[in-house]
Amino acid sequence: MTDPHVDREVLDTLREVMEDGYTELLETFLADSQSRLHELQDSTSAKALSDVAHSFKGSASNMGAVRLAELCQDLESNAKDKSPEALAQLVADIHSEFAEVRPVYESEKHHTHIH
Amino acid sequence: MQAQEPLTILIAEDSAADRLLLSTIVRRQGHQVLTAANGAEAVETFKEQQPDLVLMDALMPVMDGFEAARQIKALAGEALVPIIFLTSLTESEALARCLEAGGDDFLAKPYNQVILAAKIKAMDRLRRLQATVLQQRDLIARHHDYLLNEQRVAKAVFDKVAHSGCLSAPNIRYLQSPYALFNGDLLLAAYTPAGDMHVMLGDFTGHGLPAAVGAMPLAEVFYGMTAKGYGLAETLREMNAKLKRILPVDMFCCATLLSLSFQSRSVEVWNGGMPDGYLHRMASGERVPLPARHLPLGILSAQAFDDRTDVYPMAVDDRVFLLSDGVIDTCDAHDQLFGVERLQQVFAANREPDRLFEDIEQALRDFRGQARDDVSMVEVSLLESAQAHGAAPVYSDSGQSCPLDWSASFEFRGATLRRFNPLPFLLQLLLEVHGLRAQSGALYSVLAELYSNALEHGVLGLDSSLKRDATGFARYYEMRAARLEALQDGFVRVHLQVQPQGEGGRLVIRVEDSGKGFDVARVMERPVDNVRLSGRGIGLVRQLGRNATWSDQGRSASVEFFWEIEA
Repeated sequence: MTDPHVDREVLDTLREVMEDGYTELLETFLADSQSRLHELQDSTSAKALSDVAHSFKGSASNMGAVRLAELCQDLESNAKDKSPEALAQLVADIHSEFAEVRPVYESEKHHTHIH
Repeated sequence: MQAQEPLTILIAEDSAADRLLLSTIVRRQGHQVLTAANGAEAVETFKEQQPDLVLMDALMPVMDGFEAARQIKALAGEALVPIIFLTSLTESEALARCLEAGGDDFLAKPYNQVILAAKIKAMDRLRRLQATVLQQRDLIARHHDYLLNEQRVAKAVFDKVAHSGCLSAPNIRYLQSPYALFNGDLLLAAYTPAGDMHVMLGDFTGHGLPAAVGAMPLAEVFYGMTAKGYGLAETLREMNAKLKRILPVDMFCCATLLSLSFQSRSVEVWNGGMPDGYLHRMASGERVPLPARHLPLGILSAQAFDDRTDVYPMAVDDRVFLLSDGVIDTCDAHDQLFGVERLQQVFAANREPDRLFEDIEQALRDFRGQARDDVSMVEVSLLESAQAHGAAPVYSDSGQSCPLDWSASFEFRGATLRRFNPLPFLLQLLLEVHGLRAQSGALYSVLAELYSNALEHGVLGLDSSLKRDATGFARYYEMRAARLEALQDGFVRVHLQVQPQGEGGRLVIRVEDSGKGFDVARVMERPVDNVRLSGRGIGLVRQLGRNATWSDQGRSASVEFFWEIEA
């Protein structure tokens, strides 16, 4: 059963590429993502939202968080068209999607110690 | 597949996680990694570290990827520093912006290692290609400068050789407009020991250095032989033989040679392959064309070479005009040639003979022509008096062992008279006597006059009164050539005697011929006439030498020269 939230094959590749640096990568991603979420909350203009979403989308896709990346793409493309309510909803969706995948990355950190 | 050389790669990416990931991927591929978190940092790092390749995120704070790319490309100058944009931009407009900013390629997120490695390899190949091109260009530029410099040095040598004559004499006007650094047209002028002037306008095949190289040995022959007193025919034979020997088969030299004699009021002409020259007679305004009757120099073997010249009478102030084909071949925007007809029109319209060059130049300008070759024009006139000669030849002996008491006799017979000119040799012999060197001009003139009288009027039996007018002149020289060709018997004897006398010495020259003689008394009685074309040059001999006498019914002439030792 393929995980719709996190692409496991991407994680396998990352683990293989990063080797001992895998943990650092995971930690960096998690920390980056936290600050991006704050930025989304604080953004006032559609452009600012769009830019943050674009950036977040990039690292999310690199880390295999496919659903998160899709949501960010949606926000990036439509930030100027949506109503404030719709935008708020989208930002909330992004928050909860991240909350959903965060444990996966946390457990990956421990995963490396086992090898 | 060849292994990729390790490069220094700059990664400019604001997302820390992406930056970390990409650095690791690139490092694993064997390269050295530099990182920057925004566009400004990227530019600074580029300035300091000079990476070989840049991976640039498009959207970054402080300075975005587009601006950073523009600045980095400007800093790189002629060298190629490939920039690969990292982007999850999908619209083609955004991708086009990457290229406009100077990006060479894109890499999409999520990063694919295999694609990244392939792109780095391809970009590096381009980078090295550009570096090679610049290197080659610089090498070529250096070689070009070197060659130009060599040409300049060669030109300095060439100028010394080709311009050691008397082109600055008051009776010569010339204009030379070389097409390239080296002038393929050769213009030479020199005085003979007798005060006559030899002039040559030559045009080598091609132009530039290859043409000039052939000119140097030619100029040496011209000056050397003219200074020794050789005539046009011998000089031409020698020049032709030399060029035939040294030039490649498809190279030759068109040339017109003139020998102007102030004393005998005539000009001797040989034209091999040059455009027509023109003899402008002031009195009648007539312009006599001097067409090419021979092949250029350097083509025919010595046996086949034709050294026959044409002789024309020339009055004081008459001019000979020569030009190279660069003038005629000047062509305009419609590929029309300036041509001989236009030149004739300029002649016809010319009112002031002294302004002929200016008129021709103006006509060329009006024609709006483009020169395609070296352009040369020269005008030589016959002036009233023979001017002082050029620099006296330098002798290297001290004079301690010069011969002061001797005599020599020579007899030149039949067939030898046809081809051999003994004058240069006799003069050289006399110049062994130091005291005579100061008078070499007079000596040569007298010897030449006596010898030519003995040969032409004595042995060949030509009547000098034929030379009274232009038609007679031509006829005289035709007959001279014909009789010389058919000559079997006859002789000219030359006796030289040198004796010391007081502080200096005395030279006696006696010339005898096998002819019928002439009425000496009658000729001596005639008044001296400067304009007369004939007259056996008796006046000249009496003027330049001392105690000139004729005996044996005019078949024997004797004249003396004296010198004092300078204190």
